[in-house]
Amino acid sequence: MDAILLQILNGLDKGGAYALIALGLTIIFGTLGVVNFAHGALFMLGAFCAVAFKALLTMQKISIDPTQMTAWGTPMEIRVPYVEAWFGDFGATLLDYSVPLSILIAIPVMLLLGIVMERGLIRFFYRRPHADQILVTFGLAIVLQEIIRSFFGANPIPLPAPEAAMGMIDFGAALGFDAGSVVYPAWRLLYFLFSLAIVGAVLAFLQFTSFGMVVRAGMADRETVGLLGIDIDRRFTIVFGLAAVVAGLAGVMYTPILSPDYHMGMDFLVLSFVVVVVGGMGSLSGAVVAGFTLGILQSFASMNEVKAIFPGIDQIIIYLIAVGILLVRPRGLMGRKGVMEH
Amino acid sequence: MGNQAMNKSDLILLGAFVLVVLFAPQLFAPIGAGYPDLLQKFAIYGIFALGFNILFGLTGYLSFGHAAFLGVGSYSAVWCFKLLSMNPLPALVFAILFGGLFAAAIGFISLRRTGIYFSILTLAFAQMSYNLAYSVLTPITNGETGLQLAQSDPRLIDMMFGRDYGAVLPPSDLFGIEMTGYSGYYFCAVLLIVCFFLSLRIFRSPFGLMLRGLKSNQNRMAYTGLNIRPYALSAFIISGMYAGLAGGLLAITDPLAGAERMQWTASGEVVLMTILGGAGTLLGPVIGATFIKYFENIFSAFNDGILNQVFDFLPDTAREIMVSISSLFVGEGWNLTLGALFMLIVIFLPGGLIEGVKRIRTSVGKLFRGGGGDGKSPKSAPAE
Repeated sequence: MDAILLQILNGLDKGGAYALIALGLTIIFGTLGVVNFAHGALFMLGAFCAVAFKALLTMQKISIDPTQMTAWGTPMEIRVPYVEAWFGDFGATLLDYSVPLSILIAIPVMLLLGIVMERGLIRFFYRRPHADQILVTFGLAIVLQEIIRSFFGANPIPLPAPEAAMGMIDFGAALGFDAGSVVYPAWRLLYFLFSLAIVGAVLAFLQFTSFGMVVRAGMADRETVGLLGIDIDRRFTIVFGLAAVVAGLAGVMYTPILSPDYHMGMDFLVLSFVVVVVGGMGSLSGAVVAGFTLGILQSFASMNEVKAIFPGIDQIIIYLIAVGILLVRPRGLMGRKGVMEH
Repeated sequence: MGNQAMNKSDLILLGAFVLVVLFAPQLFAPIGAGYPDLLQKFAIYGIFALGFNILFGLTGYLSFGHAAFLGVGSYSAVWCFKLLSMNPLPALVFAILFGGLFAAAIGFISLRRTGIYFSILTLAFAQMSYNLAYSVLTPITNGETGLQLAQSDPRLIDMMFGRDYGAVLPPSDLFGIEMTGYSGYYFCAVLLIVCFFLSLRIFRSPFGLMLRGLKSNQNRMAYTGLNIRPYALSAFIISGMYAGLAGGLLAITDPLAGAERMQWTASGEVVLMTILGGAGTLLGPVIGATFIKYFENIFSAFNDGILNQVFDFLPDTAREIMVSISSLFVGEGWNLTLGALFMLIVIFLPGGLIEGVKRIRTSVGKLFRGGGGDGKSPKSAPAE
């Protein structure tokens, strides 16, 4: 029982990332009717917002201290990050919390990027066939990831979580098992809660604000909303920006779990597409449910007991499920009729 | 209908194609591509793209998992070398066979859906094969190292004929002709010509017409009482066999098969080759494959030193700026060029280079005939 609980917990953070990316993908499907293969790249760009922010914070002031000598007999260089030199302890705290703080720059950056992307490229593809949309966004994804590679190199860049969230949380005793049987890293739990909060915020935004109402009306019948004198295109542009922000934030917060490298976006993109397909294209709740479910199933499949029966199942379980779902329920778990059927 | 003689323009096209392929070493020499290693790549990827075009160009089904068949072809060819013989012919038979079987299995499931769902299904299958090749199937694929020949391989048929390669790793040879250098190229070239001929026949056959019908209106075809599934599946299997053949040839020219050949970026590359040349056109895929492999070869070799020479005519500051900008796109940055090219082609020239040529021809024609044109709008030219 405790082993099962542990696997569920293990699946939650990955499931959270899938759910957030898939949510953005499915929003873009639903509103703009565009298949965005560059969405994984947005996730990756978010992660690199955190990298860039950290790099900005750790710009160092190098001074030479003639009184101290290194082991080689040269004067010792003292390297102090500017933030620490200027703000002292507060600067050190800033550095420690660089990952969550980079959300602050990730939001405007990703919003801007999303809007530029939609206005500059995607909108010319509304009337083109889906194959063209896939191809052009695939090209864009390659371009984005290669640009990142040329700036930050090909190696993964580790970013630590804040020290307060580095520890482990022991659920064992609290839930009535042996102490130490269900131990879970605090940051992963935090990531799960964070993804829940973002999902809740996006759904609430679409459900309870008048902006969201117009967007939902536009998803149902774009033409009529336009006839009512509402500039639906502009709202959809903002929705695209929003989806970019969601993917970006998912990437920012994921950095302590997986050191970002330039092709992380592609890896997540394929899986997120599968998540969207399983959940049903254009269905928001479907994407979220499928994201968490597949994350948890994947972590179950990587248990040694399961792998002993079906070797390699952890590598392919998600794809197997997707194939099964597409054949049995072609619209996905919660797909709506008439979305992306032509 | 099936056996009517080829019409004149097709014969001319085929003849010209044969001439260009056979004299490629001389023709490509002036642009620095007249050596067999590169020409082989042109031919092999040309075959790959020709096959992809039979699926995508004719039926409109966009498969994002074709690299899986290429990989399967390579693996089966190398296994054939290891177990049976270093002769390339049985290796190719196995490569085509397994490519086709694999395509039949994947196509049977994937073709139940159309459009974007089909693309994602094929992508999922290809990723699945790639992941499996890296993990559980390591006994068959040798995982990250890649499948290689070894001296201790049985090579049963070779043994039967008393051929002993001694202590060196043998290259593959066709009854004594080693598949290296120009003989390797001409082997690939002959197969490329055969593949081109087959693809031409498919394009002109009633079967090809059916496939085009699938692309333009599936419902109408179904309502006229045709069962469309077998047509789509045959196209999928044929293109899988082409890919298997290409994979087998890759293994013949260099007996090493790695899983990275199956990655989805590799699938993306063949899509790019096809649309770059012109999807749905006969020559387009070969042109696209040649174009990409040629520039890959050139751009990957560039470095800052060469760039400095190229921009030598500029004043210093301008040169530095140009060098730093263009160095993003060359060497390690070739993928960036590829991605940018991908976008540019899809945005501005969806019909590919073939359409570009036609557009230029039309506008030049207009220029000479005082705006009259030849009555053919460029948009009617590419794949319907």
